[in-house]
Amino acid sequence: MINANREIPMSAPAKERAIDAESLRRDFPILSTRSPSGAPLIYLDNAATTQRPRQVIQALVEMYEEHYANVHRGIHWLSDQSTDLFEESREKVRAFIGARHREEVIFTHGATEGINLVARSWGDAHLAPGDEIVLTEMEHHSNIVPWQQLAERTGAVLRWVEITDDGQLQLEQFDRLLHERTRLVAVAAVSNVLGTVNAVDEIVRRAHSAGALVLVDAAQSVPHQHTDVAALGADFLAFSGHKMLGPSGVGILFARRELLEAMPPFLGGGSMIRRVTREGFQPADLPAKFEAGTPPIVPAIGLGAAIDYLRTIGMEAIQQYELELSRHAAEALSAIGGVRLLGPSPEKKSGIVSFAVEHIHAHDVAQLLDRRGVAVRAGHHCAMPLHKRLGMNASVRASFYFYNTHDEVEQLSAAIVDAKRIFRRA
Amino acid sequence: MHEDELYEEHVLDHYDQPYHRGRCGHPTHRHEDDNPLCGDVIHMEMEIDDAGRIHEIYFDGDGCCISQASASMLVERMDGQTVEAVQKFTANEMLELFGPRLTPNRQKCCLLPWRVLQVAVCSPITHRHDQAAHDQRQSGNTHVRTGQGKSD
Repeated sequence: MINANREIPMSAPAKERAIDAESLRRDFPILSTRSPSGAPLIYLDNAATTQRPRQVIQALVEMYEEHYANVHRGIHWLSDQSTDLFEESREKVRAFIGARHREEVIFTHGATEGINLVARSWGDAHLAPGDEIVLTEMEHHSNIVPWQQLAERTGAVLRWVEITDDGQLQLEQFDRLLHERTRLVAVAAVSNVLGTVNAVDEIVRRAHSAGALVLVDAAQSVPHQHTDVAALGADFLAFSGHKMLGPSGVGILFARRELLEAMPPFLGGGSMIRRVTREGFQPADLPAKFEAGTPPIVPAIGLGAAIDYLRTIGMEAIQQYELELSRHAAEALSAIGGVRLLGPSPEKKSGIVSFAVEHIHAHDVAQLLDRRGVAVRAGHHCAMPLHKRLGMNASVRASFYFYNTHDEVEQLSAAIVDAKRIFRRA
Repeated sequence: MHEDELYEEHVLDHYDQPYHRGRCGHPTHRHEDDNPLCGDVIHMEMEIDDAGRIHEIYFDGDGCCISQASASMLVERMDGQTVEAVQKFTANEMLELFGPRLTPNRQKCCLLPWRVLQVAVCSPITHRHDQAAHDQRQSGNTHVRTGQGKSD
């Protein structure tokens, strides 16, 4: 039976089994489809969005067929049931990321909304002209534009930490940029283009000693590695459900309770109030204070099911397996002449392999890979400042998840060779 | 659509050996624009005489095979034509000129040069330069545009 108050243990299973991708793939119906060209689908666009297993799809179907009503509203049993499942999902998220309190887990519609919530609520309340926000060159637009907008509203100033030529943060620059006017450091845990895994714990330590808060864009890290917000010391951390087997339309903002309590509400509406009169309103307690309107009920419950699934595999095992795939891909692609790999060596990366093929535009590479069923992303991947730093307009990105196989890495490599052949017209 | 067809010889020829890629000797009109979705850029410049005939036309740019090859095809087609002929040349005719059938997404690549050319024939250089200098003086500084734009 449903029990929303049941605490889920934080720790990962003591010993995780190695990934058996072939077996796990059977849980994902879409992975056995074929592309219009007849080639089996080789889905390497997981940094954009992952696919979902039957277990998650089934949870959504059961929700709509058996349990669905609005949450936190009805007196009727169906609403109670829906509410319990929704809150149970919040508890799953709390345990999964190591938050101390359930009120620190805010359901949003995605990582982007989470970051905007912080910029609008915390930022508008706390920033004054001349205050500084430190970003990095490798941020996704969703961790740049909200701060540019905040700077426009408040007169705050943005400072940028640069990257090395092999795509790592120049950590020593934090020491130069951090000072008493720095209010916030906003940094990706993992770059969505380079795959670089950043030393967030070290960045948090330096930022805190300068008196600044830290917002972690964890969209590319939570799905692929163990996350412990308490150990990390992050003040804010945002991620999306659809990049970790969950439905689109749900995301999570974690924030320390003291911060959330002091922050004004973001969106106004139903649910987020304790009382409304003609004169004004009193906000609700956490977490409802930041969840105005009907939340993404079913996606949130689907995210809970996704977390259940990920826990049965184990995050350490996933991270290790993706590292092996990345290492394989780096070797295979390096062996093809005229392929420039972006970012550091595989040991310093997640399962993201971005590259450029000499003389062939990224979109043409992606189109030719698609012919062989290989789905990759081409473009600036919502990181235009990073691409400018790299001296390019667009790159090709192959991004793995635990259901990808070493054979698919070989297929990717063969498809690139094929693309080169077509353009060379030997 | 089969991509072997998309990347057919005719297209790759224009990509590898473009017609009039570079700069015009004495341009009277020019325009440049990009496709915000993918970052492809096309620059067109040409010399148009008093009778409204294009004496010389060149393009330059950066982007995928489709956008660059279609620019080459369009410039080849319009060299020596009148402004009126350019203005009568429809988007559908551009897609026909290109040849291989394109998905809606790639049609945007193909139509970027066509779009740039349509604006270029109405963009005399002297006027634009005067206007730009005027704007610069008026504002007194460079303004970073942070308005809306599709970036994903």
